[in-house]
Amino acid sequence: MESKHQWRGWIFLAPTLILMAVFTFYPFFKTLGMAFLNGYDPLLGVHQKFSVGFQNFIDAFNYPQFKQCLQNTIIVTIVTVPVSTILALLIAVALNSIKPFQKFLQTIFFVPYITNTIAIGMVFAIMFTMIGTPKTVTTPGVINSILGVNINWINIGKIGGSRSTYFTKMFVLCVYIIWNALPFKILILLGALQSVNKQYYDAAKVDCASRFRTFMKITVPMLSPMLAYVLITGFIGSFKEYTASVAIFGQQLNTFEMNTVVGYIYDQIGLAKYGRAAAGALILFMIILAFTIFNNWVSSKKVHY
Amino acid sequence: MEIVLKGLTKEFDNKKTNSKVVAVNNVTIDIASGTLVGLLGPSGCGKSTTLFMLSGLLSPTRGQIIFGDKDVTSLEPQKRGIGLVFQNYALYPHMTVLQNILFPLENIGMPKEDRMKRAEEVAKIVQIENLLDRKPSELSGGQQQRVAIARALAKQPDVLLLDEPLSNLDARLRLQTREEIRRIQQTTGVTTVFVTHDQEEAMSISDILVVMKLGVVQQVGKPQEIYDDPHNLFVAQFLGTPPINTFTGEIKNGGVYIGEEKIMNTKLPDQKVYIAIRPEGFIPDQKNGVLTLKLENYEVMGRERSIISTHPNCLKPTIRSTVDEFDPTGLENVKFKLKPAKVFLFNYDTQIRIAEDKEYDAPEFMDAVEQVQLEPNEKKNVFTKFADKSKELVNKVASVFKKKEAKEDEQVVEEKVIAETDQSSQEGEGE
Repeated sequence: MESKHQWRGWIFLAPTLILMAVFTFYPFFKTLGMAFLNGYDPLLGVHQKFSVGFQNFIDAFNYPQFKQCLQNTIIVTIVTVPVSTILALLIAVALNSIKPFQKFLQTIFFVPYITNTIAIGMVFAIMFTMIGTPKTVTTPGVINSILGVNINWINIGKIGGSRSTYFTKMFVLCVYIIWNALPFKILILLGALQSVNKQYYDAAKVDCASRFRTFMKITVPMLSPMLAYVLITGFIGSFKEYTASVAIFGQQLNTFEMNTVVGYIYDQIGLAKYGRAAAGALILFMIILAFTIFNNWVSSKKVHY
Repeated sequence: MEIVLKGLTKEFDNKKTNSKVVAVNNVTIDIASGTLVGLLGPSGCGKSTTLFMLSGLLSPTRGQIIFGDKDVTSLEPQKRGIGLVFQNYALYPHMTVLQNILFPLENIGMPKEDRMKRAEEVAKIVQIENLLDRKPSELSGGQQQRVAIARALAKQPDVLLLDEPLSNLDARLRLQTREEIRRIQQTTGVTTVFVTHDQEEAMSISDILVVMKLGVVQQVGKPQEIYDDPHNLFVAQFLGTPPINTFTGEIKNGGVYIGEEKIMNTKLPDQKVYIAIRPEGFIPDQKNGVLTLKLENYEVMGRERSIISTHPNCLKPTIRSTVDEFDPTGLENVKFKLKPAKVFLFNYDTQIRIAEDKEYDAPEFMDAVEQVQLEPNEKKNVFTKFADKSKELVNKVASVFKKKEAKEDEQVVEEKVIAETDQSSQEGEGE
């Protein structure tokens, strides 16, 4: 019975399989080839010189900005993913417990998700921009005004004087990424929260659990499958971060020291160094793979399905 | 712990119809310490609402709840010293059985060694010592139920509350578990209130039974007392398997009549009545029988033999009577003698019991019951509601226009009047 109808299944899968073969599997193996071979011609799609080895990887690591890119990517991931997940969890719990204006507030929290990333980045850049020199500030910018300080956050708009530090630039980038990542996570967690059986909370009340203990012992475990999902996709997405940097700092990311690994890959393609780009892509792939395996291992122990 | 309910009332607001639903109406009960009390009634009678008010998860609209000598009416559930077993147990699915039992103990900050000791104790009482490492999903319904009781008992509550604890179990397990609840209650001596719609279950294990209907307590008493002495027709009909057989009849000339047959003598005044006879109140006797029923069927099921028969005055299509010995061959009609203690008379209008030697009171707030009864009928479906709303709207708009027109008419009339008076005055001047 099964073998008789198997061809039908394949026919149904065919459109997806063909598209995936062309746009996923082929590029994947091509990248593998490009990373270990030299002299790739993008117009013909062939390698002209065949020098097999790890030279591309060595070149990538020796490239002046690569370590900077790797460092930025890892910092962004380690900071933004946990922070945005925890914030999203707290906001979702708060939203769930608010009765009036709940739908309205949900909408507000979801708006960043449907807003253009570049537009948000430009607004963020303007909010953190200070115009003038440290001694004679023309316009301090919204954030500086609110905080009552004169910090040169992102080195844009300033004329002469001190440079902004790596820390402030990274801070702005992380704030932006966290803000941008919140809506989706809130949506997922709020949905999960609303499907938790209310009776467990009644039971917890009768069992004398404090609010904090109810949150830690009931809410978090009940949400753990969705938390794991949000964390894993968050980590993967964050390793691929590039648009956020571009949105705030523009094209010259290396001069801002804010480039990421994906940015490095684009740069190398721009310089026609396809081997190095492919090597960078593979390095990123390995990191993501390792992280995802680690995540799965942790969630298999901690997540209750 | 003694429990006293004083005039406990719970009203729910129905926002759509802008009316109030009285779920529990002025319930007043005293529950002695260490007793097992069954709240019994059909679904929607407010028994679970009463239980949740006892637990503190719902707060009463009016009335008082007193545990011992402490008024707990407005106290949080966690401060009441109660254990609650939910209808579907609400065991935390991500915790093992042991963690489930330990959870309330951790919450009240009991030292670790004592916690383990206590958990083992309650596990022994409900006989789940060998299941402590399992997750709730790996347990059968009966085991889950025992874990839920263990969790409720762990912090040694003054009051144990059970919400339909047996409804999720199969028939055999139900029988076994209800005995187990009785045993656990007796070993721990904890005052227990449990809710059920199953009268057999309630009668078999409760010390005291509270029969409720539509939020109003109908009768409180020992199960056998209520069975033998029901105060109104509802209670008589609700208790007993097979159910009681109810006839319409009348009292005239010092006799109780079903149809044309006089079934017994009475000193009660003449009136229309309901006559309810327990199945075991019938004794087949072709010679001296006073009530003639048309024979339909004779059932023999193990130790139980029952005659199925019909009578035009019976409220139900068939009458079931349990008898000792009977030979149905060749019979079309059966004559029965009746045991006087198994025959109850009820006022035709109020459905309240009437007897020669005793006055029976109506349940409190009987008129309120009528109100509540009306509620479901007022529920309208979406379409009629929509139609009503749109009609209302049209009428409103129409009335506004009418008012406007009326005003304009008035204005016109006024203007005319003014014009006319002007004219007349002018005419007058002209003259």
